[in-house]
Amino acid sequence: MLPVLHVRGLNKSFVMHAQGDLALPVLRDVALSVAPGECLALVGPSGAGKSTLLRSLYGNYRADAGSIRVRHHEDWTELVGAEPRVMLDVRRHTMGFVSQFLRVIPRVASVDVVAEPMLRLGADPEKARQRAEFLLGVLGIPERLWSLPPATFSGGEQQRVNIARSLIADYPVLLLDEPTASLDQANRDGVIELIQQRRDAGAAIVGIFHDVAVREALATRIHDVALPGVQA
Amino acid sequence: MTAPLLSARAVTKRFGNRVACQGVSFDLWPGEVLGVVGESGSGKTTLLNCLAGRLAPDEGTVEYETAVMGTVDIHRLSEARRRLLARTEWGFVNQDAREGLRMGVSAGANIGERLMAIGARHYGNIRQSATDWLERVEIDFDRLDDRPTTYSGGMRQRLQIARNLVSEPRLVFMDEPTGGLDVSVQARILDLLRGLVDSFHLSAVLVTHDLGVARLLTHRLMVMQGGQVVEEGLTDQVLDDPHHAYTQMLVASILPV
Amino acid sequence: MPDTNAPQAHDAAYNYAYLDEQTKRMIRRAILKAVAIPGYQVPFGGREMPLPYGWGTGGIQVTAAIIGRDDTLKVIDQGADDTTNAVSIRRFFARVADVATTTKTEEATIIQTRHRVPETPLKEGQILVFQVPIPEPLRMLEPRETETRTLHALTEYGVMQVSLYESIARHGRISKGYNYPVLVNGRYMMSPSPIPKFDNPKLDRNPALQLYGAGREKRIYAVPPYTPVKSLDFDDHPFEIERWTECCAYCGSTESFLDEMIVDDQGKRLFVCSDTDFCESRRK
Repeated sequence: MLPVLHVRGLNKSFVMHAQGDLALPVLRDVALSVAPGECLALVGPSGAGKSTLLRSLYGNYRADAGSIRVRHHEDWTELVGAEPRVMLDVRRHTMGFVSQFLRVIPRVASVDVVAEPMLRLGADPEKARQRAEFLLGVLGIPERLWSLPPATFSGGEQQRVNIARSLIADYPVLLLDEPTASLDQANRDGVIELIQQRRDAGAAIVGIFHDVAVREALATRIHDVALPGVQA
Repeated sequence: MTAPLLSARAVTKRFGNRVACQGVSFDLWPGEVLGVVGESGSGKTTLLNCLAGRLAPDEGTVEYETAVMGTVDIHRLSEARRRLLARTEWGFVNQDAREGLRMGVSAGANIGERLMAIGARHYGNIRQSATDWLERVEIDFDRLDDRPTTYSGGMRQRLQIARNLVSEPRLVFMDEPTGGLDVSVQARILDLLRGLVDSFHLSAVLVTHDLGVARLLTHRLMVMQGGQVVEEGLTDQVLDDPHHAYTQMLVASILPV
Repeated sequence: MPDTNAPQAHDAAYNYAYLDEQTKRMIRRAILKAVAIPGYQVPFGGREMPLPYGWGTGGIQVTAAIIGRDDTLKVIDQGADDTTNAVSIRRFFARVADVATTTKTEEATIIQTRHRVPETPLKEGQILVFQVPIPEPLRMLEPRETETRTLHALTEYGVMQVSLYESIARHGRISKGYNYPVLVNGRYMMSPSPIPKFDNPKLDRNPALQLYGAGREKRIYAVPPYTPVKSLDFDDHPFEIERWTECCAYCGSTESFLDEMIVDDQGKRLFVCSDTDFCESRRK
C-alpha cells in the first residue's frame, strides 16, 4: 500500500540563545514512511527526540531541513517551509495530533471542545454535538461533565477529552504523543480500542507509547529514533 | 479565493528620525487571525494603524481585496472610499472602548449606527438587530437604551465589538482588545472573540503584548522588536519552538500560574 | 400703522442698503454659489452690522445685498410684523434702501423672517430670507468644524440618523420640534433655521427662492425654487407636523401654526395664529 506520510532527511536542532547560543542537535537525517492501516511506534531513550519528531511532523516544531510530505486533498503537500495557511489546512482536514496535555481554554464546555474540529470542517452543529457526546461516553466521561469546561477535571479526564477531540474528525493521519499516559487500566483499554478501530479503518498513525502493552496492541512497525539515518 | 485578503509589502513608518516600523511584509488569507506581539515601542500599534488605513506609511503598500471592487491599495483610495470600507468591510476594536464608542448615546444607537450609515431606515428593524447583537456579546437586552457611561469596562468592550461586527466585516483590526481589564473579564471577552471569529469566519490582525491572548486567539504570529519583525510563523510553533533570541526571551518571561 | 408704506428718500450718510458695493458684490457671489449648490453652506466675509450677533445680522446682510428700489420688503419675527425687532429691521431698510415696506405677504418681493415661514403660500419671484443662528445641522452632534465639513463632503450623515434613533428610544418619538433637519435636493443636509417643524413641508418645492444667512457663523446657504426638501425620519416613524385641538381665537383658522398665550393671572389660555398678517387677512 502506498504511504500517505513520507519523511526524508529531516534535521532539527534547538539553539538556546540565552545560553550563549548553545546548539542542541536532536533529529539528524530522519526518514520514515507510513501507509494507511499502519501504526508506526517511535521508540528510543528519553531525550532522543521522539516527541520532537512528532511535533515536527505536525508543524508545532520547525524543521531545519529535509522533507515531510503528506497526502492532502489527493495530492502530495510538502510541509517543511510551507506557508502557515497550508499547514492550517492540513491540520484541519488531514492530520490530527493528540498531545500529552490538554490546553485548557476557560469557559468552553468539554462537549464543545470535542466538537470543535468537526465544526471547523463545516459539519452540522447538531451532528457534531451528537458525535462528541458519543465519544465522551465511549471514553467514560460522565454526562454531568459534558457541559462543564475541562479546567477542573482530573488529569485522566482531561486526557480523555483530548483524545475525543482528536478522534472526532476522521483524519487520514494521526499523531499520538503518549495517548494513555494519565489513564487507568479500564480507560486505557477503551482508548486502545478506539485507536485500533481507526487504524483498521485506514488511518496512518505515528505514535509514542511508553506502555509496552499499549504499544503491542497498536503498533504494526517500530521506528527507533536513536538510530540516525535508518529507514523505516 | 485566489488572492490574499490583506497584503502588506515593506511597510515602513517614521516619526522624524525614529523608525517606528520597518519593512513589514505579509499576506493575510481569509479566515486567518494574525497576531502581532511585542513589547512597548516595538512598533506593533504603528503597524496596525498603517494596515487599517489610519496612518499613511512612508514606504511600502497595503493592499486589500474588497468584496466587489477587486484589490485596492488602501492608501491610494480616496478618503471617502477608505472611510466607507472602514465602516462596512472592516472593524477596529480599540484598547480603550471609549475611543470606539459614542459615549453619549444609547447602546442600541451605537450598534445601529453602521446600519443607519449604510441606509437602514426602519427603526424597529434597527432596534431588533441591535438587540440580537447585544445578546451575542452577552449583554442583557434591557441595557439596550442605556448609555455606555453606565456600563462596566468589560461591557463597554463587548459593546465596541458588537458595534463593529454588526456590519459583518471581513477583516477586523484589534489593538489590545482586553488590555486593562480584569482577568475574568478578559477570559470572557477572549472566549467571545474566539466564538465570533469562528462563527462569522472573520479574518483579523490582533496586536497584543500578552502571549496568552495570542495563543488563544491567533493562528499566526509575528514577533516585533524595535520596529522589525524578528520571527513569524504558526502561533503554536513560534511559542513552542521559538528561534529568535528575543522570542525565546519573551516566551521564557511569562510568569507561571 | 398702514399695511404698505411708500419709499422715502434714503439717508445719504449711508451707501445704498448700508453695505458698500464691494461687500454687496462679495455677498452676491456667495449667494450665487449657494444657489448653485442647494443646501451647501458657503462661507462669506460677514461685516459688522449696527446690531449685535444673535439679532439677525446674517439675514440683514443677505437682504442688503439683494434689495433694490423696486422691491417691497416685509419683515416678520416669529410670524409677527409688529414685534420690536421686526419693526426695527423694517425701518432700517426703509431708511437706508429707499424701499417700500409692507405687512402683506402677497405684496412683498422680499420677506425677511426670524423662525417662521409665512402661512400664505409664496409665489415665483418672491424671496424668503431666513435669519439663522447655527447653520450647521450636525453641530450638536459633532462639535468640530473640520469634521462636519468632511461629513458633508462625504455625505456621511449617519450621525444625524443616530440622533433621531436616540430620540425615539428615549421619548417614543422623534421629539425635535424646531430646527428639524432636512435633506436638500437629495444631497446636502441642512438646518432650516429654528422654524417649527410645522413649516418644514412649506420648504419642499416652494416656488420662491429661499436664502439663509448666519451672521455670527458667517455662512450663507440657499434652496432654489422648486427644489425637493425632505425632512429626515424613519420608515416606521414618519415625519409629522404639529396639530392643535383648538383653532385660532381671533380668526378661527385650523390650519395655521398657533401660539399659546396666557391672558390672565388665573392661567386662562388663548391660541392665536403666530402669523399676524395671515390672521388679520382672514378677519377682514
